[in-house]
Amino acid sequence: MKDDPGLYDYWPYRDRPKIEWPGGKRLAFWVAPNIEFYELDPPLNPQRKAWPKPYPDLVPYSFRDYGNRVGHWRMMELLDRHKIRGSVSLSVALIDHHPEIIQACVEREWEFFSHGIYNTRYCYDMDEAQERAIIEDSIETVQRATGQRISGWLAPALTHTERTMDLLAEYGLTYTCDLFHDDQPTPVKVAGGRRFCSVPYSLEMNDSITFNVQNITPRRYVEILKANFDRLYEEGAESGTVMCIPLHAYLIGQPYRLEPFAEALDYITGHDGVWVTTGREIAQHWLANYYDKAVADIAAKAA
Amino acid sequence: MALDPSYLRYDKRRYGMDHERYAWSMLVDRPKVNWPNGARIALWLSVHLEFFPLNPEGKPFKLPGGMVTPYPDLRHFTLRDYGNRVGVQRLLRLFERLRLRASFPTNAAVALRMPSLLRDLAGHELVGHGRDMDHPHFGGMEEGAERSLIAESLAALRGASGQKVEGWISPGKSESAATPELLVEHGVRWFGDWINDDMPYRFETARGPLVALPHSLELSDRQILIDYRHAETDFTDQLLDQHRFLAREAAATGSGRVLAITLHPWVIGQPHRIFALERALEAILREPGVWNATGAELCQSWEAQQSRAP
Repeated sequence: MKDDPGLYDYWPYRDRPKIEWPGGKRLAFWVAPNIEFYELDPPLNPQRKAWPKPYPDLVPYSFRDYGNRVGHWRMMELLDRHKIRGSVSLSVALIDHHPEIIQACVEREWEFFSHGIYNTRYCYDMDEAQERAIIEDSIETVQRATGQRISGWLAPALTHTERTMDLLAEYGLTYTCDLFHDDQPTPVKVAGGRRFCSVPYSLEMNDSITFNVQNITPRRYVEILKANFDRLYEEGAESGTVMCIPLHAYLIGQPYRLEPFAEALDYITGHDGVWVTTGREIAQHWLANYYDKAVADIAAKAA
Repeated sequence: MALDPSYLRYDKRRYGMDHERYAWSMLVDRPKVNWPNGARIALWLSVHLEFFPLNPEGKPFKLPGGMVTPYPDLRHFTLRDYGNRVGVQRLLRLFERLRLRASFPTNAAVALRMPSLLRDLAGHELVGHGRDMDHPHFGGMEEGAERSLIAESLAALRGASGQKVEGWISPGKSESAATPELLVEHGVRWFGDWINDDMPYRFETARGPLVALPHSLELSDRQILIDYRHAETDFTDQLLDQHRFLAREAAATGSGRVLAITLHPWVIGQPHRIFALERALEAILREPGVWNATGAELCQSWEAQQSRAP
């Protein structure tokens, strides 16, 4: 084990090469619905138990199933109203379980990236062949169902190994959502010097953290989202920033949460300087225009 | 280091669910449901009457709300008991004033220890709720033991009230793999443990189907006021937002919806909290198209409309 992941170098958030988003926009805004399948009776990973109680632990299981049965459609209609294409963090097996959801997202030209096979199968203790198997499964299954080749990755239940980023880059993925160290894209150091980046996802703005961990009220969630946006929008005039709202339909799709939440999307998409986009498009634009400048600036500032 | 190869085998990766308990379907795709008199919202109130023993065993796990300090934990025992003495009466007075009926998931221990309370619930619905809050149903429990727990729980309520008692909520919503079968075996028609839907749906057991009702875990005084520590006024807001959203969805889809509210008299029955519920209920009842239903009525209305489906 190492004392530092070694995935990026220190790079202070000041005087960086200026980012401009397409159309001269100053904030890239993306919404990442996590569309997940949790198993009722998954095999045991030695490092982490899926459910606290003996089988059948139906409360946490059915809590999440609500997202697919009920919440997803409501969340999707809300994003439609705001002309937001979701960037789907997908439990890839859901393609087999619930193809109707996938079809609806394909029709809306949403982006798909992988969030593992199931959110109850963790990467801890996988060997390289096993980790390759889930990446290959993700690439092939998503391609077959949607015609898209995945560009991004959010580790299933945020479980990683030391080699995850190297493998993702080797398979041609371009971005990871697993790093929370910055408000702008940054280079990620991977084997073979491949061009690979971190696109800011968010735990702070993530409904699972705000509701499941911090237990805040639905209306306060809206206030927090607006405050987060205001500051990033202001700073984006200096150099483009990224704001992501990661969602889970089992949480935000509850009526008492979705009712106030709409106001946050009204507010954010009501600003002219916002580029409403997807994770892949942010990575593409940034890698093509700013990756080299970033690498040079990081090296210069380290000297 | 490597995981056992079985960890990357996905035997239940297929269309639908990874179990046989219910069919996969999205709410948006289902046939419309019409409530009586064209109502859009079925207002379903569940008030839990619970007994928390002073000497819990906590096996194989504790249920929420139980004793906390070393024995004898008088503070938690009496604060819970407050609900069954004072809080519930405050709620009953409110329901009487607003002409509302509620479902009361009731531990057998409450029925046996407080027979006069059951008489005070005349006109409301009793729902099976296990023996007490120290006897969870759980995976791996011996089937005979669970069978007698269910038989005893239902018998206590049926004996004391003369009601049929065809509904069930497991203590802590915890079940064994056999609970649904055992419920059917004991004349239960609907239950409310699974929290995956906003509408009733058909739940399969080896002894015939049950109706799963959308009994809420989330929209509960205990969850919001005690676990989340939100303010009382925030509880009111959340109840009203829930109603607003569901009423709009019902209007847009032309299908009824269920507004399920879960209450615990030891929480909401406190003098400084009852207003939060009172304000919400008053506001909801001023809206058109609200049908106050019990679990049995919801179940019956929904079931009667299913025969029309293919």
